[in-house]
Amino acid sequence: MKAIDRLVARIAAPLDGSLLMITACLVMLGLLTLFSAAQDNPARITSQLANVGIALAVMWIAAQLSPQTLMRFAFPVYIAALLLLVAVAMFGDVRNGARRWLSLGFGSVQPSELMKVAMPLMLAWYFHKNEAALRFRDYVVAAILLAIPTLLIARQPDLGTALLVAAAGFYVIFLAGLSWKILIGAAVVVMGSLPFLWSILHDYQRRRILMLLDPTQDPLGAGYHIIQATIALGSGGLAGKGWLKGTQTHLEFIPERSTDFIFAVFSEEFGLIGTTLLLVLYLALITRGLMIAANAPTFFARLLAGAVTLSFFTYAFVNMGMVSGLLPVVGVPLPLVSYGGTALVTLFLGIGILMSINRHRTLVQT
Amino acid sequence: MDLAEFKNTQRELYYFQLRVGVAGIVVVAAFALLLTRFVYLQVVQHDYYQTKAEDNRISIVPIAPNRGNIVDQNGVILARNYSAYTLEISPRQVTDVEAAINELSTIIDIRPSDRNRFRRMLLEVKGADSLPIKTRLSDEEVARFAANRYRFPGVDIKARLFRQYPHGELASHVLGFIGRINDRDIERIESENMEANYKGSDHIGKTGLEQSYERELHGTTGYEQVEVDAGGRGVRTLSRTAPTAGNNLVLTLDLKLQEVAEAAFGDKRGALVAIEPATGGVLAFVSMPGFDPNLFVDGIDPASWEALNNSPDRPLNNRALTGVYPPGSTIKPYMALGALEIGKRTPAQAISDPGYYMFGGHRFRDDKVGGHGFVDMYKSIVVSCDTYYYTLANDMGIDNISGFLKHFGFGARTGIDLEGEGVGVLPSQEWKLKRFRRPEQQKWYAGETISVGIGQGYNAYTTLQLAQAVATIANNGVMYRPHIAKYIENSRTGERSFIEPRPLKSIPLKPQNIAFIRNAMVGVNKEGTGARAFAGAGYASGGKTGTAQVIALKQNEKYDESRVHERHRDHALFIAFAPADEPTIALAVVVENAGFGARAAAPIARQVLDYYLLGKRAPPVEKKPDAVEEADDEGD
Repeated sequence: MKAIDRLVARIAAPLDGSLLMITACLVMLGLLTLFSAAQDNPARITSQLANVGIALAVMWIAAQLSPQTLMRFAFPVYIAALLLLVAVAMFGDVRNGARRWLSLGFGSVQPSELMKVAMPLMLAWYFHKNEAALRFRDYVVAAILLAIPTLLIARQPDLGTALLVAAAGFYVIFLAGLSWKILIGAAVVVMGSLPFLWSILHDYQRRRILMLLDPTQDPLGAGYHIIQATIALGSGGLAGKGWLKGTQTHLEFIPERSTDFIFAVFSEEFGLIGTTLLLVLYLALITRGLMIAANAPTFFARLLAGAVTLSFFTYAFVNMGMVSGLLPVVGVPLPLVSYGGTALVTLFLGIGILMSINRHRTLVQT
Repeated sequence: MDLAEFKNTQRELYYFQLRVGVAGIVVVAAFALLLTRFVYLQVVQHDYYQTKAEDNRISIVPIAPNRGNIVDQNGVILARNYSAYTLEISPRQVTDVEAAINELSTIIDIRPSDRNRFRRMLLEVKGADSLPIKTRLSDEEVARFAANRYRFPGVDIKARLFRQYPHGELASHVLGFIGRINDRDIERIESENMEANYKGSDHIGKTGLEQSYERELHGTTGYEQVEVDAGGRGVRTLSRTAPTAGNNLVLTLDLKLQEVAEAAFGDKRGALVAIEPATGGVLAFVSMPGFDPNLFVDGIDPASWEALNNSPDRPLNNRALTGVYPPGSTIKPYMALGALEIGKRTPAQAISDPGYYMFGGHRFRDDKVGGHGFVDMYKSIVVSCDTYYYTLANDMGIDNISGFLKHFGFGARTGIDLEGEGVGVLPSQEWKLKRFRRPEQQKWYAGETISVGIGQGYNAYTTLQLAQAVATIANNGVMYRPHIAKYIENSRTGERSFIEPRPLKSIPLKPQNIAFIRNAMVGVNKEGTGARAFAGAGYASGGKTGTAQVIALKQNEKYDESRVHERHRDHALFIAFAPADEPTIALAVVVENAGFGARAAAPIARQVLDYYLLGKRAPPVEKKPDAVEEADDEGD
């Protein structure tokens, strides 16, 4: 018996109780919703359960590693991800009009997913290395490190992932202390360059943005996603239609209802009570992550923890914003809820990193 | 770690935590924005989106009602429905319709006419869910398609009710036909706020009774509330309201009589309307030539359409309803009656007919060279003396004439239960003033009155008006609105709602005057211009012959030597009632370009009356190609 106790203690040792609790709640809600959303495709439920298993293992391993170990991975992982992105641009497979996948013979990978983790890791490492005397030049270098993969991903085109990668990198730069003057100046420049950005967007991307302004323009085409998702949300009301009782969901009016638009399913069946609960859970997750960041021992750990946590926020905000019609439709899944192995593993890796940083706080400080 | 470095680290940590704090505020603000949006959508706008979701989910599927049958007074079915399989293509689900048809033709016999018909429908019926490429599939074809269905997405077999007119061309102008609803029909349906009731209907009455009794025949559309998924597939039925079949229409028409009448025309063109004087019920309503209404039901193929539409015989024209003809001498009994009523003539007043009438230096000729001699009113009708009526018309004046003829419905719609009735022209000074622009044309000339006196000149009436007028004579001045429908039988309850015979008016005629005119008309068939046609009839009847000049070619008529000559010939007319004492039938016949009324129109009337009164067909009237006989025989 003692042996078992010791084993449990050994397994539980690297894990953070509150993070695990919040994550478990979100994953449970996700599985519950997926069960309803994927009635036509029950294989997805078992598949997602397997994904959760793999993701838990990844999290546990990440939580084992010390921040120093993670730091050692930063540069090689970033370079590897970058090379893969270049390879995608040159030899990638085109699917649905976008060049995102790289065939490796035994399967295919989406290097942009790897970049989601590699980017904050790399930048945090870079700032940590130059921590003693951060100068303007370092921010410029960081901006270049951020810009190259972002542009590569945006060109695929994959606006959603590019946005998430850019956001993750930006959080590191922001937390590293980029001066407010430059931030505000940059914000002004970005606003000013919007017309130019508009001109380089693909037609379908422009349509999505225009549809957001007036989805009724094309109710059966580009506006369909937004309209049907909004109807699902609105018809959910205060308490929702009840689990497995969403008509928008079960009559298949919601497209991509187990992946990007799973929030529409959730809010239709669980109503405002459900959506508020979800917001609270995400807020708790982010608060816990930011607390870990604020108390992290090293610059690297702080930046990494902060950027990872704020990435969760970006995922959640962009997804819920797009499903509720506040933001244009970009391919961003709802963190820990949407169906999909890659995203789940990436997210659990982030949570594992947070746990690792939290666990090694005292060890390093003494 | 020295103190400076420690302080530096502390400051760095402080700055970092400040940034984290700022980020936290942004996070909270962003989530507050989301929450606001959720509250807006899920609480404030909930009802709106609830309705939207229900609209999404519930589809109202209309169920078209069965159209009512049309039967004649004896219960003979004239229009009915039968169920058959059709092969239908949903144009919106098939990208290349032509390719699909080619593919289909490998397993099902699709003729070029089917293709043409389909193309035509595709153009006419925009936005149709499903259009038939082939109707009335055989069982074998149904089986063959069913086995190959997977190859044809967007093509399906449907069981549908078809309209059928079992008697083909017989009474085609009365029945009319139904056809696919087109854009113009949709406008009409919308203007009458009937959209809801036509949601499931593909067909609508286009002409004839099918058109005028559309509301009764169509029935009430039923509905099925179906829960559908995003693909429009029905998931389950929530509720169902059964359709109510259209009501049956029972006619006053006697199909046997109609058949006798149509046969009597042979290959001649013309019109005949027979009315029951005491009710206004139409017994026969003939327009020759006819057409097969079955061709129109599922869209007529272009070749048949061309043939019908371009035929010089104009088979699609409803001559009885819309064709206007000068009445010729058939107007004389009314002229005489008018003169009696207003006191311009007495029956005994007579003229000596030299064979012409001089007026304003113009010689108005009588048909009979040398004239009819001593002519009183009775003889004027019996022998159809033109000279008598030239003087009579001149004495009456045009306004007295039109004022009197108006009572009999000349130049006005009768109000029969068919749409598109012709009006004709009852000339008067006022009419001419309105009709023409130039002042010299607007003036009424006295010489024009003289032509009107024998039914020539400006006047022109429909066969239906002529029939209604003679029926009014037969009914001693009591006029009924002519109607073809006798009653409407409710499809559910069997309840009958009769089209009540409605006396339009009772013309205040002096009994001795109407009796005199009727007697003179009986004289026509006994000893006058109608005598030969009615020889040995076995019943007494009244009649009046008429011959109307055809003045010029119609507009747009192609020049065709052999035809032009024929089409310049006079129209033959005949009006009649029988039996003479208590008439049960009154009729008017017009035979186009057939020459004298006595020779061409009266025998047709004879056959109709023989059948109606005696139940038999009259033997064909002997034709004697004797020019001398004709001359004195044809007085009009």
